[in-house]
Amino acid sequence: MLFNAVPDIKFTKFLLFVNCLVPLALLGWDAYHHRLGANPTEFATRSTGVLTLIFLFLTLSVTPLRRLTKANWLIKFRKMLGLYAFFYGALHLLTYVWFDKFFNLPEIVKDTWQRRFILVGMTSFLLMIPLALTSTNAAVKRLGGKRWAKLHKLVYVTAVGGVIHYWMIVKAITSTQIAFAAVLAALLGARVVFRLTRPQAKAQKPQPRAVASK
Amino acid sequence: MLTKKPGEIFSSEITDEGTFLTRRNFVRAAALAATTAGTGWLYRRFAVPTPFAPLAAAEIEGVKPSDALLPPPPNEAITPYEKITNYNNYYEFTTDKEDVARLARDFTTRPWTVSVEGLVHKPRVFDIDELVRLAPQEERVYRFRCVEGWSMVIPWVGFPLKKLLDQVEPMGNAAYVAFETIKRPKEMPGVRSATLDFPYVEGLRLDEALHPLTLLATGIYGKVLLPQNGAPLRLVVPWKYGYKSAKAIVKIRLVASEPPTTWNLNAPNEYGFYSNVNPRVAHPRWSQADERRIGEFGRRDTLMFNGYADQVGQLYAGMDLRKYF
Repeated sequence: MLFNAVPDIKFTKFLLFVNCLVPLALLGWDAYHHRLGANPTEFATRSTGVLTLIFLFLTLSVTPLRRLTKANWLIKFRKMLGLYAFFYGALHLLTYVWFDKFFNLPEIVKDTWQRRFILVGMTSFLLMIPLALTSTNAAVKRLGGKRWAKLHKLVYVTAVGGVIHYWMIVKAITSTQIAFAAVLAALLGARVVFRLTRPQAKAQKPQPRAVASK
Repeated sequence: MLTKKPGEIFSSEITDEGTFLTRRNFVRAAALAATTAGTGWLYRRFAVPTPFAPLAAAEIEGVKPSDALLPPPPNEAITPYEKITNYNNYYEFTTDKEDVARLARDFTTRPWTVSVEGLVHKPRVFDIDELVRLAPQEERVYRFRCVEGWSMVIPWVGFPLKKLLDQVEPMGNAAYVAFETIKRPKEMPGVRSATLDFPYVEGLRLDEALHPLTLLATGIYGKVLLPQNGAPLRLVVPWKYGYKSAKAIVKIRLVASEPPTTWNLNAPNEYGFYSNVNPRVAHPRWSQADERRIGEFGRRDTLMFNGYADQVGQLYAGMDLRKYF
């Protein structure tokens, strides 16, 4: 099976790193050439928001893919995908704080409190901050694998919050919003299935540690 | 786990002097090029920049600037034609504002009839070409404010709705005017996906409909309306949020009581019947205190009744505009 071959991790990481920057590079390119349409700031906000959700989904797809393909090396790319989700989320927030509110902090606080979809989005983003801060190997060691894994369950709250945020902003739900919710449901559903089937696996052989150490 | 000591990697990669592209480097470069091209292609499939290539539109002859209203002040520039024709909310085609122009390209606007009926003495079905000749075509430069917090300044061509309503002679008990947009699933993909309950319906109180600012538009920039802007005939009510200004009208009906309106049916707590532009009454998702003028980077304060308070304020004297939002 293809997945049994372990790729050159270092180079693949580099490949992934560059590929994850491609959407931002093209967004910047289009902005520079005034090709973001009639409402460029809205375009930038929407694109970075959708990219955040996509990177969250990619992060969440690592574990199910690992289970299905037995390609354990996939775990080595999860941290980078998660950090990219945080990065695009930060850019998304920045477009709002800058282009919509021009760094007017009291206005941002008021707006966040009054517009529930912003409150949901903001909360989802803020929950990613502790995850980004504890993404280093040193942090995993400091916290201990179990506590670290527990803390990082927050990513589920962020993903669900992000999709709800997307549903709340649109005037009418379309197939796009439904597709995002369906993908999230599949990713969460896979975990439920794994959990239900886990006792059997445990009986056969002991579980590997949740966090792969270097 | 396959791990290599750094020294091993280094020694295996030593190449002859002057030979930069080893086989391995070549494979890596190819992988980098192929994957980034793939990712770029994928991104481009979903984030398509606007082409800004509007269809050619015929000039309307004999358009006179209107003396009914002063245009917006010079610090409010007229929005470029390319932007007006490439950024449209028209859910019968798609919810994507930047894709309406493409999807509406082949929408047919001839033959077209408009039925004016209900509580009128002389109900009549007008052919569109006959209807546009009912009154002289005027140019009216109006602010256009969308409920989503963006706005434009649009040089409409048309004539007051009153001129049409005078023709059919409303009865004494007519108190409201209901408008209906065409529902043509074959040419309107959005109708088939049923995001909203089509046909799109809108309404005005009779005094609002008869107000001299209320326009039946057939063009912009001196040219015939393109499908994405509501061709061949649309309503323009400049002091209300954009969705009140129904597009591609096929039926105008005078009625005794408040008619149903599409967005109000969809979310009654978000969209009221009146929908007057009001910076003090927030929408659950948009504060409405300010707006982004298309083409500008900053935001402008939103004006009461979209800047037409002097002309229309008396229509709502004594009304609680928080309740009747």
